Amino acid sequence: MSVELDVFVGNTTIMDKEVYQLWLNGYTVNDAVKVRIEGGIMEECEASAEVLLSDTMDQYRTFQMCERLLHHPAKLANQLLFQIPPDRQAMLIERYYAFDDAFVREVLGKKLSKGTKKDLDDVSAKTGIMLKSCRRQFDNFKRVFKVVEELKGPLVENIRQHFLLPDQLARDYAAIVFFANNRFETGKKKLQYLTFHDFAFCAGQLINHWTVGAVDNMMDDMDVDLDKEFLQDLKDLKILITDKDLLDQHKSLVCTALRGKTNVFNEMEANFKNLSRSLVNIAAKLINAKDVRDFFIDLVEKFIEPCRSDKWTSIDVNLYLIHYTNSVHILDTFKHHGVWNRYMGVIKSCILRMYHE
Amino acid sequence: MPGKLKAKIVAGRHLPVMDRASDLTDAFVEVKFGNTTFKTDVYPKSLNPQWNSEWFKFEVDDKDLQDEPLQITVLDHDIYSANDAIGKVYIDIDPLLCSEAATVISGWLPIYDTIHGIRGEINVLVKVDLFNDLNRFRQSSCGVKFFCTTSIPRCYRAVMVHGFVEELVVNEDPEYQWIDRIRTPRASNEARQRLIFLMSGELQRKIGLKVLEMGGNAVVGYLQCFDLEGETGLVVRAIGTACTLEKISTLTSASTTHPSNSSPSKDMKDSPQAAPSTLGCRSTHSSPVHSASSRLSQGFSVSVPTLLFAGMGSGGSAGKDAGPLKALMRQQTQSALEQREYPFFTLTSFPPGFLLHVGGVVNARSVKLLDRIHNPDEPETRDAWWEEIRQEIKCHAKALGCHAVVGYSESTSICEEVCILSASGTAVILGSRFMQDGPLDTDHRLSRQPLVFSTGAERVEGDMGSSISLGFEEVAPPGCGFCHIPYDELNIPFPAQLTNCYCCRRYKVPDVLFTTIDLPTEANITGKGCLIQARLCRTKKKAQGEGNATAISNLLPFLEYELHTQLMNKLKLRGMNALFGLRIQISVGETMLLGLASATGVYLTALPSPGGIQIAGKTPSDITYEQHISNMQKKINDTIAKNKEIYEVNPPEFVEEVIGSPIPEPRQRSRLFRSQSESSDDVSELDLSYGKKDAFVLEIDDTDAVEDIHALLTDFPTPPGFYSCNTEIMPGIQNWTSAIQMFTSVRVFRLNNANLTNQGLNKIFSELCENLLKSFYFKLRSMVPCCLCHLNFTVAIPEDELIQVAVTAVAMSFDKEQTLENGRQSGDKTLIKAITENDEQLQFSLELNAELSSPNPLSSTKGLSDVSGSHLSARAHSVDYSSFADRCSSWIEQLRLKAHIIRRGSVKTTSSLEKASPLPEGRSRSLRRNRSYSGSSVAVVKMTPLSLLPGAKIIKYLGIINMFFIRETTSLREEGGVSGFLHTFIAEVFAMVRAHVAALGGNAVVSYSMKECVFMENPNKNQAQCLINVSGDAVIFVRESELEATSVQPQSATTQTSNGGEGT
Repeated sequence: MSVELDVFVGNTTIMDKEVYQLWLNGYTVNDAVKVRIEGGIMEECEASAEVLLSDTMDQYRTFQMCERLLHHPAKLANQLLFQIPPDRQAMLIERYYAFDDAFVREVLGKKLSKGTKKDLDDVSAKTGIMLKSCRRQFDNFKRVFKVVEELKGPLVENIRQHFLLPDQLARDYAAIVFFANNRFETGKKKLQYLTFHDFAFCAGQLINHWTVGAVDNMMDDMDVDLDKEFLQDLKDLKILITDKDLLDQHKSLVCTALRGKTNVFNEMEANFKNLSRSLVNIAAKLINAKDVRDFFIDLVEKFIEPCRSDKWTSIDVNLYLIHYTNSVHILDTFKHHGVWNRYMGVIKSCILRMYHE
Repeated sequence: MPGKLKAKIVAGRHLPVMDRASDLTDAFVEVKFGNTTFKTDVYPKSLNPQWNSEWFKFEVDDKDLQDEPLQITVLDHDIYSANDAIGKVYIDIDPLLCSEAATVISGWLPIYDTIHGIRGEINVLVKVDLFNDLNRFRQSSCGVKFFCTTSIPRCYRAVMVHGFVEELVVNEDPEYQWIDRIRTPRASNEARQRLIFLMSGELQRKIGLKVLEMGGNAVVGYLQCFDLEGETGLVVRAIGTACTLEKISTLTSASTTHPSNSSPSKDMKDSPQAAPSTLGCRSTHSSPVHSASSRLSQGFSVSVPTLLFAGMGSGGSAGKDAGPLKALMRQQTQSALEQREYPFFTLTSFPPGFLLHVGGVVNARSVKLLDRIHNPDEPETRDAWWEEIRQEIKCHAKALGCHAVVGYSESTSICEEVCILSASGTAVILGSRFMQDGPLDTDHRLSRQPLVFSTGAERVEGDMGSSISLGFEEVAPPGCGFCHIPYDELNIPFPAQLTNCYCCRRYKVPDVLFTTIDLPTEANITGKGCLIQARLCRTKKKAQGEGNATAISNLLPFLEYELHTQLMNKLKLRGMNALFGLRIQISVGETMLLGLASATGVYLTALPSPGGIQIAGKTPSDITYEQHISNMQKKINDTIAKNKEIYEVNPPEFVEEVIGSPIPEPRQRSRLFRSQSESSDDVSELDLSYGKKDAFVLEIDDTDAVEDIHALLTDFPTPPGFYSCNTEIMPGIQNWTSAIQMFTSVRVFRLNNANLTNQGLNKIFSELCENLLKSFYFKLRSMVPCCLCHLNFTVAIPEDELIQVAVTAVAMSFDKEQTLENGRQSGDKTLIKAITENDEQLQFSLELNAELSSPNPLSSTKGLSDVSGSHLSARAHSVDYSSFADRCSSWIEQLRLKAHIIRRGSVKTTSSLEKASPLPEGRSRSLRRNRSYSGSSVAVVKMTPLSLLPGAKIIKYLGIINMFFIRETTSLREEGGVSGFLHTFIAEVFAMVRAHVAALGGNAVVSYSMKECVFMENPNKNQAQCLINVSGDAVIFVRESELEATSVQPQSATTQTSNGGEGT
């Protein structure tokens, strides 16, 4: 005696948020039923395990049928198969594209290739996120990447329009796409302390200031690549460390401004040349794709770590960077103010974000 | 005369990839009607082609317009090989042929393939230019409106109800033709789909012709069914009720079109004061299922009832000499109603004044052996079979003293070559109302006058008198009149317990009343109703041919009797005394018979309170046994008490004035007649009642009784916040919100164990149904408080050891708080609403005020005249005096109530005036609406099996939706197994229905039903096939709130009542 077939179809598609989440998290039907039973729904609704199983199966089937549409969220709105109220549609999409911070941290900056996908079981083991869920998240990244890679115009806007995602989620995806495209290294041990949101913030800065789209909205180039011209120009900043006069002049200006305003003045003074060299070298190297990948590790190794070992506070760092940036404009032989500002603006906000005391 | 059909192919979207190399498709479209085909250009390399074709014009006969569907095929162009078909769209253009329905079909329609399902969508435009046809001998019946709705459609008024129309057409089933061996499954499926489309078109046209012949312009309660007989062919048959409908102009419609929602007479029934103040009464009876058979002369196959409803009194006289059926039959032919072949009506709810008395359920079944239909153009055998059954039904009705059958339906169950034909309905006596306005009625009015109506003559005349003096819309029939027995109490056609009506105390009522119709809106009920199901399984030996048919027909009466007993017991267990919407389904398989009876139980105030159930042991020997019995008895008593509480069944206490035996021990007996068609002509009469025993003493020595008791006690109680019923709307609930959820659920259960006893099977079957209900309650828990309405169970035995149950129903939320206020306030509100609306419509205010302001004072006035002026029998007179006093006091109560209402109404008006002008409100509403639609390019289409949408008003009927789909797969596992396959298919069917409704310009389907769901699987071959047939009425509705927002005057109470109808 067995139920051979069991379906329930509503004119308005019935979807339980809780079951949807379980499905997204990669639970099997039976596990999902267990979770639901533990949640006490049986007592609440006078339901039996049988009823729960039947309901869960139905919902899982519905989600599976919807999944194909969720891959192209715009289709969800004008498909005819399921009648889903708009607010529900938004919920479905948002949750489908939501990701775990722990997961994204693992694949951020990696090439979204088959090879990476094969390693997902390691990621799953490490993060405790079910493999099924890992695959969905990975596929989402890849899908978004593929679609916007070819598109012109602002990255975040493209993602939002094509995948109907809420603003914050679209920004996060922009960061993921940006990292994947430029293959930024994020997995090194020294970078482990950084969260996805730190990186996402930095990505936002880079997208907003260092890409072609950042300078000229009318340009119909892409937002995913850094502005080559700008990277080329960054080489010109080298003068700040190669010209000895300029370096000394810069140092004295900064020190004058800082004196008496911080407890770590001595360390600042002592380290000035080192730090300045580091920042300018990072800038000068960015023209090489390989060095772009090391951008974050360089920032940490060459700037953040020295400061941290000298016990600078965030306020100190902020203060230092403000004066370090502004003093350059007083140097009369220095001509590349535009590039300098564009560079330092991003560097400053990235460092501040990445500087965890 | 020809018409011109024009079609334009605009665009496609979401097409499947047909060319793997490019991941694109080179699509073009073939548009075919009849034998003419047009093609669009190929739109190369796109999944979203923009054909924007010219108008393809077909000049065709209007007969073809009715029969043929427009067939649109989307193909992928291929240079080297044959073009691949992507899928098809069949468009029924019938809605365009009627001037009052849709004018254009325009929109995105799913492209459907029987193997792959929906594959993208196509945007088309279809129009029809029809020239007037004056030919008398025409073949077409364009312009006749069809409605699935089994009541008078909401924006129409019935001028006349002509009566029963039926037709059937047969054909060979393409699936069984020799060619099927060599063609692809797709070709075979498409041939079948197309054939059924053609056959339904033809059927509809032929029915339309009959309607025109009768002088009608519409078919209401149109029920079309398929019999897939297999080898012997394919039968498409339809029945309906021919009417002359008149569109109510939008101005007046507000007050007259909501008979069940806001009709004051309905709401009144909840205020106890209103209950007794009713019109005079006459006695009635309870017919338990009166199932019988007698052979009658057949011969004429076409029903041409040209006479109108003149046979008012015939039922009465029929009641008088309800003697042997045959004799009776001949005697009654004089009466006008009976001159028509079948005085049947497929309607289940009626305009006020239509239904006078209800006799009881009549049904007839016959077992037939299918044989090849030799000449499809002359489907004589099938016609003859149905004629036979209908004659039986007619006889049964007559035996109950009734002259008509309402809530009539027919069904079949086929297993191999055996076919069970069933018909059932409710025997009634109808009112004369629907001849009054008719153009032909003057002739017949005279013939109606000399009536011999033994018990009810005065009443009827009084009724007529009042309807003449007050204008005819006003007659609100009493809340108990329909319960009064239509037959002569001295000559009861079967044993029944009669008492005086508990409302009017003047006429006889039966102890129990079973009907197949919806609860009349004016009926007085106590508490709420609930779904009651009797479920039964009986094993049967495998047999062939006639032996098999005989075995089945031998089992049928037992099955029916047991179902009836179960229903009766469950009804008592809930402390109720009447069943509405009774539907008994008997399904035949190779090794078993399934019986499922569903109905909605209610407590009719007019009927006596049901007694409890007593258990008795046969041999009260030892003490433990006694203990056991008393335990059980206690359990049952507790359940009854609990149920009474749940359903708020607490009838007002009456002083008992019973004639005959006391009420607490009602006795019930039923006589079952049975027909066995292949047997000889003699009337076999089987008395299956418990003989001399009292029906409600269950003796538990009897294994059946033990089983019954278990069945009684294992029924799962509905969880708090839920109600369920299989009628249109739950009796006793008024304040519906507009939140509805229609659903279809299918379960197939495999019995692995071949040697099951009847009891074992019963238990399994019962659990299957109970579990389904439980699942619904769980799934729909977010809608609480809500009611599952129109729960329609369909059982089938697709193959040996499989039981299939398909359910379609709608969950509707209602407002809890108002319910707690005891319905009285909501009654008030609707009253106010009616009054305010009334006042706006000056030309009607006079008559309507009379109707709307107070049906009760009105009826009590009538009661007054009744008492004083009519020639009542001495006994009735004396009995009536006391109740007359009652009535007076209640009338005063009514007046007081009314004054109260008016006061309240005025307060509300001022408050709403203070608030603001309605303009900003309206704007905000439209804003909200816009917002909710943004982001979705697909218009929302609501679906409901009911004929109404709560909180909304249907403003236009766009035509009937009648669709038939086949889906087949050869990759069952890949599609998620049987469940995945069927889930997708049902979702696709919904999607196609919605798309076609939207293309007609509609936003809802009412009276939706899934009439066929045939599922076959072959898991070993990884194959499955499913056929689904759905139907309904496409409509345009407007939210009541929106309607009011557009009207300039600030309406106080109206906005109030409809506020609940906002959120979707």
